[in-house]
Amino acid sequence: MTTTTASTPGSYYRFKPWNVGRLLVWSLFALLLIVAPLLFTSSLALTMLSQIGYLIIICLSYNMLLGQGGMLSFGHAVYTGLGSFIAIHAMNLAGKGALPIPLVFIPLVGGLAGMLFAVLLGYVTTKKAGTTFAMITLGIGELVASMALMFPEFFGGEGGITTDRVYGGSFFGITFGPAIQVYYLIAVYCFICTAAMFAFTGTPLGRILNAVRDNPERVEFIGYNTQRVRYFAFIIAGFFAGIGGGLAAINFEIITAVDSVSILRSGGYLLFTFLGGATFFFGPIIGAVLLVFASVLLSELTKAWLLYLGLVFLFMVMYAPGGVASLIMMNLRVAKYGKLRALLPSYLGLAGTGLVAMLGAACMVEMTYHLQLNAALGPEMSFLGATLNAKALASWFGSGFVLLTGLGLFELCRREYVRQWGRIQEEIEHEIKRGEAL
Amino acid sequence: MAQDATTYSLELRDLRKSFGKTEIIRGANLAVKAGERVAIIGPNGAGKSTLFNLISGRFAPTSGEVLLHGQRIDGKKPFEINRMGLSRSFQITNIFPNLSVFENLRCGVLWSMGYKYTFLRFLSGLHDANERAQQLMEMIKLEKKRDTLAVNLTYAEQRALEIGITIAGGASCILLDEPTAGMSRSETARFIHLIKEVTEGRTLLTVEHDMGVVFGLADKIAVVVYGEVIAFDTPENVRANQRVQEAYLGSAIADAQAEGH
Repeated sequence: MTTTTASTPGSYYRFKPWNVGRLLVWSLFALLLIVAPLLFTSSLALTMLSQIGYLIIICLSYNMLLGQGGMLSFGHAVYTGLGSFIAIHAMNLAGKGALPIPLVFIPLVGGLAGMLFAVLLGYVTTKKAGTTFAMITLGIGELVASMALMFPEFFGGEGGITTDRVYGGSFFGITFGPAIQVYYLIAVYCFICTAAMFAFTGTPLGRILNAVRDNPERVEFIGYNTQRVRYFAFIIAGFFAGIGGGLAAINFEIITAVDSVSILRSGGYLLFTFLGGATFFFGPIIGAVLLVFASVLLSELTKAWLLYLGLVFLFMVMYAPGGVASLIMMNLRVAKYGKLRALLPSYLGLAGTGLVAMLGAACMVEMTYHLQLNAALGPEMSFLGATLNAKALASWFGSGFVLLTGLGLFELCRREYVRQWGRIQEEIEHEIKRGEAL
Repeated sequence: MAQDATTYSLELRDLRKSFGKTEIIRGANLAVKAGERVAIIGPNGAGKSTLFNLISGRFAPTSGEVLLHGQRIDGKKPFEINRMGLSRSFQITNIFPNLSVFENLRCGVLWSMGYKYTFLRFLSGLHDANERAQQLMEMIKLEKKRDTLAVNLTYAEQRALEIGITIAGGASCILLDEPTAGMSRSETARFIHLIKEVTEGRTLLTVEHDMGVVFGLADKIAVVVYGEVIAFDTPENVRANQRVQEAYLGSAIADAQAEGH
């Protein structure tokens, strides 16, 4: 067996020109992008899908820094935001006829702008790694955010800059007026950018970037200038961030500095990239979906959504630092060895008890918010179909009871689950060892 | 004299390094010919690792010169020195923990093969780099661990990988900082064999505490005491050197001889 593989030079390394599994995943991704608006036809759904589309690009570009390069940036919105502004000015110029750029290329204008600013600002930023890098990005983020207030001609002040994306006339009936046409423009960019960023992970620079993340000092001793590696990655990330920003400008037709280049926005990208999972390429895609669901749906549902978000983030950092993606991959591994079924009852238990605990906690949070914000409406409020009296002891005791019961049961389930998980992992390790020995 | 300079692979001329007011390296001189294996020995705190750090560019010397193939390299950055053909390993294992064995080695290969910061080509298509990484993997006998993450290797395997990364770029001058530190006796013996094999034909400098290893591996021994090279000669002559005996070696050599080396 070994002699036959060693005799063909091609088997020195695993090179599969047609990786069937990968082809399938990408086809599914494309298909999903195409059919999504046909399945979810409401205008809200379309808005959300469009946002998901460009946020995928942004979160993936952010993860090029965080997950692949180990660069904790607090200022990614600088590049998406400035990309948005340049793109929207380009659209306005194009609308006046001063600049012959069709709308389909406007995201590229944003991308080039993002890249340009990454070239300028990144040169300083990427001189250092680690904490210093994070601090500099924070500083530059603040700098740009305050500049936005100083130059209202460019940033439009509080009102922002508006535009009209329908300037190019009709091309086979495509005017980019209707939201669905914009969605498909975003979807095409989303697919191409995702593919390009995935391809980047398989290039020499992409791999050395991982090496810089793992052990920058060692990289210096294998011939690479780590500053240069970080700088190049930063520029490429800036390019994709700018494309995302340009698409956002097309989607909203209005860009305000307070929203687009703020530190808060940078924090959002960081948070959701992390939630989605920075250690896997596809993690930020999940993050982008979560970001839209949280900011559109959750914020509609409750005023306390940022509080819930903070709690979720806290628990993720503590218990699943690899994000949702790592949870999925860990369970896929278990499934590969045919042991996922055994865990199903545990998961049901965890979900059930977790929900109960969350319900109790949510009641208390909502009552607190109700007392603070809606005092004029009286103490009565309805929450999930039940009527709570925020000033009645019974409601608080009831909620507390539900919370504590839920927590207690959850802890019991969790302990059982941890035991079971450990056992299954041992079995898998055992099986792998046996496989190696054969 | 100028003629001589070019024939040496590595040369230190009155090298000095101070940290604050303390002078750690106090005028070290050394001239290593191409292809020589040199073991650097000396008591703890003599400045052996500092010497390596000065040569490889981790620290800049306070004064003095370091020449690689006759060219000044003192004050240059580590990656510049590496590109000129000097590569080093570390006392504390220094690998890429979250990359596989193969990826670790391929990273070590890329620059020397001219791929630099390329991002318009796929790694999988770089046949020469992949082949070289594969050969290295076989040389350090880790081909069965190809896709294992470096963090999951055993200690001895990590040390081997460390050597693999160090020699990957094809440097002509190799510095190994205590390559066998923390290994068992049997592992050490095998490892010395491996080091000899993979550094064949290259200039090798190694810091070593194990006298058995030193006498088994080195063509020449440099004795460093208090930041100076007090002797640089063949193992036999160093053994006989009175000054070395007094300063450091006496007990260590007796130990090694008692064990039959």
